[in-house]
Amino acid sequence: MTGEVVVDVRNLGVRIGGRPVLHNIDVRIQAGEFIGLIGANGAGKSTFLKAVLGLLPAAGTVTVFGQPARRGNRAVGYVPQNVRMDRDTPLRGWDLVALGLDGHRWGFPLPGRERRRRVEEMLEAVDAARYAHLPVGRLSGGEQQRLLIAQALLGGPRLLLLDEPLASLDLKSAHEVVGLVARLARERGVTVLLVAHDMNPLLPVVDRVLYLADGRAAIGRVEEIFRSEVLSRLYGYPVEVLRVKGRILVLGGDAGAHVLSAETHCCPAGHPA
Amino acid sequence: MSMWAGFWQSPEVHGALALGAVVAAVSGVIGVFVVLRGQSFAGHALADIGGAGAAGAFLAGVNSLWGFLLFGLLGAVGVELLGRRARERDLATGIVLALALGVEALLLYFDTRLAGGAQAPMLVLFGSVFVVAPSTVRVVAVLSLVTAAVTGALYRPLLLCSIEPELAVTRGIPVTLVSLVFILLLAVVVEEGSLVVGALLSTGLLIGPAAAAVRLTAKTGWAMFWAALLGVAAVWAGVFLAYGSYRWPPGGHGWPVSFFTAALILVFYLAARLGTGSRQGA
Amino acid sequence: MPAYLAAAWLSGTTVAVAAAVAGFFIVRKNAAFFAHALPKAGFAGAAGAVFLGVNPLYGLAVFAVGGALAVSRLEKREQGDVATALTLVAALGAGALFLVLTGRYATGAYALLFGQIVGVTGAQVLATAGVGALCLLAVAFLYRPLLLVTHAREVAEARGLPVGLVETGFLLVTALAVTVAVPVAGALLSFSLLIGPAAAANHLTCRPGKAMALSVVFSLLTVWLSLTLAYLTGWPTGFFVSAVVAGLYLGTRALAAASRI
Repeated sequence: MTGEVVVDVRNLGVRIGGRPVLHNIDVRIQAGEFIGLIGANGAGKSTFLKAVLGLLPAAGTVTVFGQPARRGNRAVGYVPQNVRMDRDTPLRGWDLVALGLDGHRWGFPLPGRERRRRVEEMLEAVDAARYAHLPVGRLSGGEQQRLLIAQALLGGPRLLLLDEPLASLDLKSAHEVVGLVARLARERGVTVLLVAHDMNPLLPVVDRVLYLADGRAAIGRVEEIFRSEVLSRLYGYPVEVLRVKGRILVLGGDAGAHVLSAETHCCPAGHPA
Repeated sequence: MSMWAGFWQSPEVHGALALGAVVAAVSGVIGVFVVLRGQSFAGHALADIGGAGAAGAFLAGVNSLWGFLLFGLLGAVGVELLGRRARERDLATGIVLALALGVEALLLYFDTRLAGGAQAPMLVLFGSVFVVAPSTVRVVAVLSLVTAAVTGALYRPLLLCSIEPELAVTRGIPVTLVSLVFILLLAVVVEEGSLVVGALLSTGLLIGPAAAAVRLTAKTGWAMFWAALLGVAAVWAGVFLAYGSYRWPPGGHGWPVSFFTAALILVFYLAARLGTGSRQGA
Repeated sequence: MPAYLAAAWLSGTTVAVAAAVAGFFIVRKNAAFFAHALPKAGFAGAAGAVFLGVNPLYGLAVFAVGGALAVSRLEKREQGDVATALTLVAALGAGALFLVLTGRYATGAYALLFGQIVGVTGAQVLATAGVGALCLLAVAFLYRPLLLVTHAREVAEARGLPVGLVETGFLLVTALAVTVAVPVAGALLSFSLLIGPAAAANHLTCRPGKAMALSVVFSLLTVWLSLTLAYLTGWPTGFFVSAVVAGLYLGTRALAAASRI
């Protein structure tokens, strides 16, 4: 870690439809970090990503690589929430990934060996080469996710934002995707901000956690954030944090009250720690 | 003033008002389902496909309603069979439509060339609400009643199939069959509409009032009521204005019903949209 | 070969190419209804032009472009299909009025509805070539951004592409293709040229580049065959266009299904 501040968020506030979704967010992300952006549904995770991408009007300042956040920043790569592609979508995996290279440029792509090489190299890196020639609609969620990651990385970003890449994946695929992203980020010196609603697949790779609740945020290492008193303060009501066999469980309410929409869940026996 | 006395006494006007009301009401009701199911293209395609049948009926010297209905039902089956998968659906509908229109082109060509029926294209495309025989009115009325009855009987399973097909399957509802029945009903309604305002504009009666109605209310039942009401209003006002325009420039043969009806449908839609625009919408 | 046939051939070739490249995107965006509605809206405009005593092709172009813009405006709050339906109804209502007011229904409008070879002038060939070239340029320009916007919209936004403009560009390209196609294939059947060849191409390949090339090939085949048969039999061109397109579609679909087994 070079200590350079890649994302500098000060006093960020975002309102959507008149409703405050984020307020007073203060966060600094350093180069090379792998940040897990966690929170319940509706907590504002996607909104935070969009603010960093410069896609939303916001109060406060968001600075990315020393410049105000703006659309079309070539240094920022974005992997959107997986859109299920139609079974008959006329596009190969290869073409979807290739769009990451130059899809934003006008005109026709000039076919060339260089272009081909770069796409194939990236497909190898995400281990998707074997199904890249199949129509995207025929691939599984995990396979499509890898293609989208390859697409984003082809742009050569220094900051990679992923919006709920693990949402529709089974546990094994989720761990594979996380491992893949962490490895590629390390190899290419990319800072990562990954949104998830379950912390557990990220535990092995994450440097710090950015926890969002009720539009407010807390950032720190896993053991600093996942504490009953920290989360209770964040949520504004009693929250209990339990550690079970190396997994984290977050429960809301007093004994006898309802369980929070369990943000983390225990894994079945036999799952690697 | 005597012109208006003639209006209220004319049997053609009575037929037009009756026919128009029946068709508009049923179109509105089923139109809500069409909008819900995203089958607007199918609804429009069936009207055109029926038009090919009408052109053929003209050639055969048969009442055009039967031509509309035969081709409409055949087209419905074709569209439903070819369009199993979501993305293929619209394309398949388009191809069936293209084929039917090609055939219609040929038949109308024969109509005008051989049978001396230069009026055929006009009637088929723009409707003949003033030229409809009373016996046809009775057939249409019966068909509409049957359609309305079947739609009523199917209301709840159809609603579930339209909104949550996977849930419908688990509840034991034969979704494929329901979809087929729906599109056949749609074909009947659309072809009746084609008879009244022509193949080109039956879509307006199907989609317009329904699109306005779903802006006015979120309750499906009420949306159907409003859609039917707006449709009938548009058709009656259309007949009224068309008759009244008899002396208007330039030709002294009146402006077409379809124009007035279409204009009113759009006015209703825009009013509904503007009127509810301030509400927190999606 | 009579002069009018040569003119029809030249125009037809331009139309085939323009329709194929526009159709490539129409099929990708699943906008078959739009492709069907726009020529009809154009037809209403042509009727309006006749009523005003102006060259019908101007009316065609105005209503085609206007229709495209209307749909893009309405689409913001309605499902795509409903927006198209409403625009269509508006255009056709106006068209019905124009036709009745004009009184000159029989041959003039009929030719525009279903397409006929006779009546293609030399000036028209040039105009068609001009508009067709414009259409091709526009598609070439929009190729990459439109692919990205269609298949990964949010990524396009994040990359700074003006998504709204790109989509409107697509609609206008379709309007251009429609403007050249309607006089040749007719208002009712231009859309089979717009969606048929591209749909057939997609049955055979998933690669965008190949699909585009194949669309053009199928489209040329369709137009040339249709013009020839129409000339030989005297039957409307549109009938043959739709027959060939349907054959291509069903044939390629059967091939695709067979190769999957």
